[in-house]
Amino acid sequence: MDEKLNLDQHTSQKFNEELQDICTRVLEMGGLVEEQCRKALKALVKDKLELAEEVATSDHKVNEMELAISERCTDILALRQPAASDLRVVVGIIRLVADLERIGDEAEKIGRLVKTLADSRDRSKFRSETKHLGKSVLEILHGSLDAFARMDVAAAIETAAKDHDIDNEFESLTRLSITHMMEEPSSVKSLLRVSWCARALERIADHSVNICEEVVYMVKGSDVRHLSIKEIEDRFL
Amino acid sequence: MNANDSTAYGAVPEEAVGLDLNDHTAMDDYQTIGEPLVDNAKMSARDVNVFYADKHAIMDVSLDIGENQVLAMIGPSGCGKSTFLRSLNRMNDIIPICRVSGNIALDGEDIYASNQDTVLLRARVGMVFQKPNPFPKSIYENVAYGPRIHGLAHSKAEMDEIVEQSLRRASLWDEVKDVLDKPGTGLSGGQQQRLCIARAIAVSPEVILMDEPCSALDPIATARIEELIDELKERFTIAIVTHSMQQAARVSQRTAYFHLGKLIEVGDTKQIFTMPRHELTENYITGRFG
Repeated sequence: MDEKLNLDQHTSQKFNEELQDICTRVLEMGGLVEEQCRKALKALVKDKLELAEEVATSDHKVNEMELAISERCTDILALRQPAASDLRVVVGIIRLVADLERIGDEAEKIGRLVKTLADSRDRSKFRSETKHLGKSVLEILHGSLDAFARMDVAAAIETAAKDHDIDNEFESLTRLSITHMMEEPSSVKSLLRVSWCARALERIADHSVNICEEVVYMVKGSDVRHLSIKEIEDRFL
Repeated sequence: MNANDSTAYGAVPEEAVGLDLNDHTAMDDYQTIGEPLVDNAKMSARDVNVFYADKHAIMDVSLDIGENQVLAMIGPSGCGKSTFLRSLNRMNDIIPICRVSGNIALDGEDIYASNQDTVLLRARVGMVFQKPNPFPKSIYENVAYGPRIHGLAHSKAEMDEIVEQSLRRASLWDEVKDVLDKPGTGLSGGQQQRLCIARAIAVSPEVILMDEPCSALDPIATARIEELIDELKERFTIAIVTHSMQQAARVSQRTAYFHLGKLIEVGDTKQIFTMPRHELTENYITGRFG
């Protein structure tokens, strides 16, 4: 069957508008979340305290968008009884906005951690590693939202496959940090916070992978949430 | 008049009256997608074609109805689903210009064989129509009529038993047990439809065909009929034509999608409504213009 979802092809013009409205809102929410993550990373690697403060206190906007989108999805389920691809889009979006909201939470967490790191002399430890990790994570997040916007299965799978590198980077950063902590026990408190930031970044990538999996579900109708990337590639590429 | 031979009641399907069914140039060589055949078929149709004079209303349809299952048939108006349903108990015989070819079997026996008694066939394959059509007789007589002409009861007690049991199975007994001598036409629409179902099951059919049985009913009466269909499938095999996709989704185990006289796709109801494989099916169930 044709892979296009044709969300604007219903007999009911109003239904077209409703479906497109939730998709647009998801992209707006995605844009906001992406911005939050970018600011959080900048605050982290450039010691921008005001930015950290901003990220730590503006998560409510993301939460409000999540509620608004969920409510619209519920309305569509109740009033339109969507089927087939329409149903998958609505169900996928309900799951996807939960991931976006969690990404917002992780950004907020980084903002708060940067604030607590402000006075530590160890705050700039592993900066280049963290920066690199952060940039790769932002790429995955961007790629997942892009795949959603275009309902592009190949792009979604390609993006999800990059998570493996993130895991490796995070792992090596953790190892570095443990070694350093053992050598210099006084740095443990700060380095733990730096590690938590790295952990938050790694979680953002995981949630982005979930978004990619939802894109596959919406377009292909297969729930691939618990398949390995290899299995997903074999099946759909 | 026969309880199951509703010559006076069944409306002539839309296909017979003026829709241009010959406009199917895009799909001259078509193949049904999905699983039209099943292992436990109660009725099986093979290469069935139905014509109304020179109008080709059903084209090469092969489809099984599994025993003790509900098969829903959906599709836009004029797609042939009612025509196909009516060919399953030779209800089309009453339309003079109608011609049926191919093979339709009940328990492996050709129902179009020349020695087939259609009255007997329609007792085995009962039918419930869109508009409730009780006989202008008492509630009791509505249900007792079929068993009487088929000689299923040998005493008043036996007949009482059949009437009660049929009304119970149609979930109507509690509402009418004290007014059995009142006319069936005095009941509400939903009750009348359940009375027609009781009448159909009174002759112990094996298959029940339902042609949009709820389209004239309110949501509560509809819910009761749907609940009833679910119970009835324990004993009977059911094929239902419906315009309500939600109804098809709720009551059936398998769904068949018809389009311009062709059986486009058949499959597990859940699959059809979450992941249809044919674009036409997808367009229809999601309300897109085809």
